[in-house]
Amino acid sequence: MKASGFPYVIPMLVLSVAFFATPLAVLIGYSFFGSQGASLENYGRFFGDAFNFHVLINTARLGLETVIGTTILGVPIALFYWHGGRNARQVIIFLTLIPMLTSNVVRTFAWIVILGRQGPISEALMALGLTGSPISLMFTELGLVMAMCQIDLPLIILPLIAILSRTSVQFTEAAQVSGAGPWRILLTVLLPMILPGLLAGWILVFASTSSSFVTQAVIGGARNVYVPQLIYREVGTLFDWPMASAIAVVLLLSTGLLLVAMAMISRHRRLIGHA
Amino acid sequence: MRSHRENPIPNVLYRAFVFGFGGLGLVYLVMPIVIALTMSFTSGQTLKYPPEGFSLRWYEALLDPVRSGTEHIAAANSLKIAGLAVLGSLLFAVPATIGMARMKRSAVNSIEPLLLAPLVLPSLVYGLAALIVANFVGFHPSLWLNVVGHVVVFGPLMYRAASVVAQGINPSLAEASTIMGAGWFTTLRRVTLPLLTPGILAGAFLVFIQSLDNVSVSLFLADAQTTVLPLRMFALIEESLDVRVAAMSGILIGLTLVVMLVARKVLAPSRSG
Repeated sequence: MKASGFPYVIPMLVLSVAFFATPLAVLIGYSFFGSQGASLENYGRFFGDAFNFHVLINTARLGLETVIGTTILGVPIALFYWHGGRNARQVIIFLTLIPMLTSNVVRTFAWIVILGRQGPISEALMALGLTGSPISLMFTELGLVMAMCQIDLPLIILPLIAILSRTSVQFTEAAQVSGAGPWRILLTVLLPMILPGLLAGWILVFASTSSSFVTQAVIGGARNVYVPQLIYREVGTLFDWPMASAIAVVLLLSTGLLLVAMAMISRHRRLIGHA
Repeated sequence: MRSHRENPIPNVLYRAFVFGFGGLGLVYLVMPIVIALTMSFTSGQTLKYPPEGFSLRWYEALLDPVRSGTEHIAAANSLKIAGLAVLGSLLFAVPATIGMARMKRSAVNSIEPLLLAPLVLPSLVYGLAALIVANFVGFHPSLWLNVVGHVVVFGPLMYRAASVVAQGINPSLAEASTIMGAGWFTTLRRVTLPLLTPGILAGAFLVFIQSLDNVSVSLFLADAQTTVLPLRMFALIEESLDVRVAAMSGILIGLTLVVMLVARKVLAPSRSG
C-alpha cells in the first residue's frame, strides 16, 4: 500500500552503491595487492614498521585527548543551555554554530595565530612574567589538542543539547523535591539521560580528530605525524597506492570498530548525529 | 534550582561550574573566530596578535587580480563545485527523502544506513578510494570528478536534513490531495515539496558550506588546474604564512555570518519546535 515510495529512492541508492560502496570495496581489495598477487604483504609491512605503529598509537591518543577535552568543555556548556532561559539558549546555539559552520582551514589558521611566538598566549605569559622570551605552542601535541578541542567542540555540544531540549525539567524537579542536591541530580538524573548524546559526540569527535588532515599537518608539524599524513605521503610522494589503501583500511577498521562498540553500548538509533 | 531549603554551598559551586565554566567554554569556542577576524585588519606584515594597526591592505591584496589571480581561480572553482554539489544532492537526495517517507519503517531501516554511511566514513579514505577507481576507469582529476565526490559525501546531509522535516509531515495531506483528484506530479509540486522546503533549504546550506570547506576529497581528486579554495589556503599556510590568508578567513567568516542570519530569517517559521 505504501510501497510506492521505492522508485524515488533508486537514484540515490544507485549513486551510493556505484560511487560509494564500490570504491570502498575496490580500496579494500587493493590493500591486498602485493608484489606477488593477493597477500597480506602491505599489512605486514605496515605493522612491521615500528614507526607506523607509533603513528597509529599517536593518532588514537590524539583522538582520546580531544574526546576528554571536549567533554570537559562541552558538558558545562550543555548544562548552561539546560539551565538557561530562552535567550541564553538561542545565544548558545548561535555561538556553537558559528565555529561549526566556519571553514576548518579558517579555524586552523586562527590557531596558528593564537599558538605562535607572536600570539596572544605567548604575549600574555610574557606580560605576566611567567616566561622571559616568546614561546610557541606550534608543532606541539599540547597546541594541537587545544586547537582540536575548539574545532570539534560543536560536535559534542549539538548532540547534548539536542537531547536536553527534548528533556522535560520535571525530571530534575522531581529529584529536587525528593531532596537531591544539584550535584546528585547531575550525576544520577541528568548524566544517564544525556549519555546517548555523549556517546554520539565522542564518536563524532574521535572520528573527526583522527582524520583532520589539515589541522594535524599544520599545527602538528613534521615531528608529530598522524595516520592521515601517512596515507597522503604514500599517495603523493611514494606513489604506493596499495600501501595507502592498507593504511586507510586500518584507519577505517579502528574507527569503525569503536563506532560499532559504542553503538552497541548505547543502542541508540540516532547515533549518527543531530547537526 | 529554586528551593531555599538547600545547603547553599554546593549550589554556589554548581552554579560556578555551570555558568562560570560553561561561559568560559563558550569563550574558548568563539575566541579563535574573533581573533582570525580581527587579524585580517592588521596593518602589519606578520601574524602578530594583537594586530599592530588597522588597515584594509590585505583585503586589497586579496582582491587585486594581479597579485591574487590563483586565489580567484581557486575560489571560482570552489563555488562552482559547491553549487553543482547542491544541485546534485537536490536531484538524488530529495527524491530519496520523499520515497523513504512513503515506505515501511522496516524497509527504511535497512536502506538508510547505506545512504548515511558517507557521513561517518573519514572523507580522506573516500577521497583515496575515489582516486583509485577513477584511475582504473581512466578519469583524470577534474572539476567534475570533484562534483561527483562531493555529491556522494555531502548528499547524505541533504537527505538527513530533509528527512527530519519529512517525518513531521502528516501523510494524510498528500492522500487528501490525491483524493481531491490531483495527479502525483501536482501533489508533489503543490503539497509535498512546499512542506519539505525548510528541510531542503537547511540541507542545501549544509551541503554548500561543507563542500566549500572540504579538503580531504579534493586533496585526491583535484589537480593543479582545478585547485580549490581550502587547498589553496592550506598551501599558503604551509608555505609562507601569507597574511592574505587572514583576509580570506575574514571573508569566509563574514559569509558564514550573513548566510546564518539569512537562514534564520528563512527557516524561522519552521523552528517553532
